Amino acid sequence: MSGRDVLVQAQDLRKVYAKPTLFGTGEEFVAVQGATFDVLRGETFGLIGESGSGKTTIGRMLLRLVEPTSGFVGFDGHDVTRLTPKGMRRLRQRMQIVFQDSGSAFNPRRAVGEQVAFPMRQFDLCPKDEVRDRVVDLLEHVGLRADQADRYPHEFSGGQRQRLGIARALASEPEFLLLDEPTSALDVSVQAQILNLLQQLQEERHLTMLLITHNLALVQHMCDRAAVLHHGELVESGPVDDIFHKPQNEVTRRLLDAVLEPVAA
Amino acid sequence: MTEPLLRVENLQTHFASELGTIKAVDGVSFDIPRGGILGMVGESGSGKSVTGLSILRLLGSRNATIAGGRIMFRGEDLLTKSEAEMRAIRGGSISMVFQNAMTSLDPFFRVGEQLVEVLRLHQGLSKKEAREKALNALELVRIPDPVAKLKSYPHQLSGGQRQRVVVALALACEPDLLIADEPTTALDATVQKQIIELLQEINQELGTAILMVTHDMGVVAHMCRTVAVMYAGRIVEHGDVADVLRTPQHPYTRGLMASVPRLRTEAVGEGHVRQRLYQIGGSAPLPLRLTDGCAFAPRCPEVGPECWEVDPPTVASGAGQEAVCHRRAEEKAALTEVVQHVGA
Repeated sequence: MSGRDVLVQAQDLRKVYAKPTLFGTGEEFVAVQGATFDVLRGETFGLIGESGSGKTTIGRMLLRLVEPTSGFVGFDGHDVTRLTPKGMRRLRQRMQIVFQDSGSAFNPRRAVGEQVAFPMRQFDLCPKDEVRDRVVDLLEHVGLRADQADRYPHEFSGGQRQRLGIARALASEPEFLLLDEPTSALDVSVQAQILNLLQQLQEERHLTMLLITHNLALVQHMCDRAAVLHHGELVESGPVDDIFHKPQNEVTRRLLDAVLEPVAA
Repeated sequence: MTEPLLRVENLQTHFASELGTIKAVDGVSFDIPRGGILGMVGESGSGKSVTGLSILRLLGSRNATIAGGRIMFRGEDLLTKSEAEMRAIRGGSISMVFQNAMTSLDPFFRVGEQLVEVLRLHQGLSKKEAREKALNALELVRIPDPVAKLKSYPHQLSGGQRQRVVVALALACEPDLLIADEPTTALDATVQKQIIELLQEINQELGTAILMVTHDMGVVAHMCRTVAVMYAGRIVEHGDVADVLRTPQHPYTRGLMASVPRLRTEAVGEGHVRQRLYQIGGSAPLPLRLTDGCAFAPRCPEVGPECWEVDPPTVASGAGQEAVCHRRAEEKAALTEVVQHVGA
């Protein structure tokens, strides 16, 4: 890769939570420290780690959904950590998130079409009379039907809800998509559908993606480069080929060793 | 052939719903020999968990009924047992481990107290004897510092340790059969591997047979000897794990195996074109069974006209491997014809 075109930059990110006690805040808990990595434009970057390793906290700090205790986040040359609320709002249009359980990220009392339309209205992306058409386009693009726009979240299966989550994330036409365990609640056959959809969308829209997951096979399948987290620290990062074939860190080796391949012994 | 430890015959478990009768388990039959490990694999709604719950008659809700079949355990039909007899069996000669350890443990009682309760109830031990056996049970599941852990409350343990305690509870009365319903799904990969190794060791040391209910073919590959693949309430393929994983016969099993991202052993280099995963279109149906025919037909790449109308036959291929599929039946018939032709 010649001429590194960095879209998202994390530098020495640190997040400390104060553990609440009966008498106010007590000892500190370091969730993330010293996290430094770049996400290049157009690539898929993986953040690997077990529960509590800090992978979700890092992801949220990149979008400033969690305020870093210290460190720097850059997005296409902007200092995300120092942006004013107004500047941050403008930037949010360009960065979106897809959650593990997208169903819970939808309001159960509103038709899904309206909710997919929300980012378009929020960021004033198209004339009011075109919103409906754009929503239908998006739904069809992620493999849903136009008539489903008027339905409510509970009428969709887990896989369909994840498609809805992706449609809504794409509604603001972002460049960067943060995927936080996007398939870990799904059945294997549905997971394959969602992963293929994400790859297709990435190619069509030149998306940059950050994939947070504990599933190593998923990282190898989806990502160009990745970082391995352990207890809030990056223990290894680099091209996926290197991490999987020449793991340098004991944590990485242990994670690789724990993968249960569906292959007869 | 000796009688298997567990023989499930044509089990039917139905749920009443607004849409009609949902046949969550629709004519399921399988055996588990003494000391065997059977993997029951399928996606959500396939009926694998309901099968496990049916064996222990743990379907509490009013709209669930076991509508037919036999569940022969050590030669006796569990479906004819009284509720009192079932209570003695549950946690005694058959026990169960669930996905979420916290739902099996009482947060208000120490680990030791919970183990002692089970042991006294099922085995009528004195407090002292029960305490000794409780300690043995924790040692069996290799919990570090078991003496101290007896005094711990569940919340003081890590997720992996809690699941070990649940396994200890399940094994405390030395059951002949352990039903494990996704016991490692909520755990981190490294912990999952430890629990699976633990279950294998227990199987080998104590000869406890295991019914492993899981959605994960990886888990099946690493701990089961035989596997049954469920789809929409029926077993569509079963056989030895090695055979089913190497040469899956049913189109659903084939699709399932192909749609899992695998670890590549070879490096791919930068700028390569990304391969798409094989994908089974659509989604699993509710097993209402309004018409005959194969439930997988709408998603099947090999579907033919008869698949929509006629229930598929069971086709044997090799030692004990069977699939329920019109296509495989056709292929086998064609092959037999060729063989006869050549023979003549």
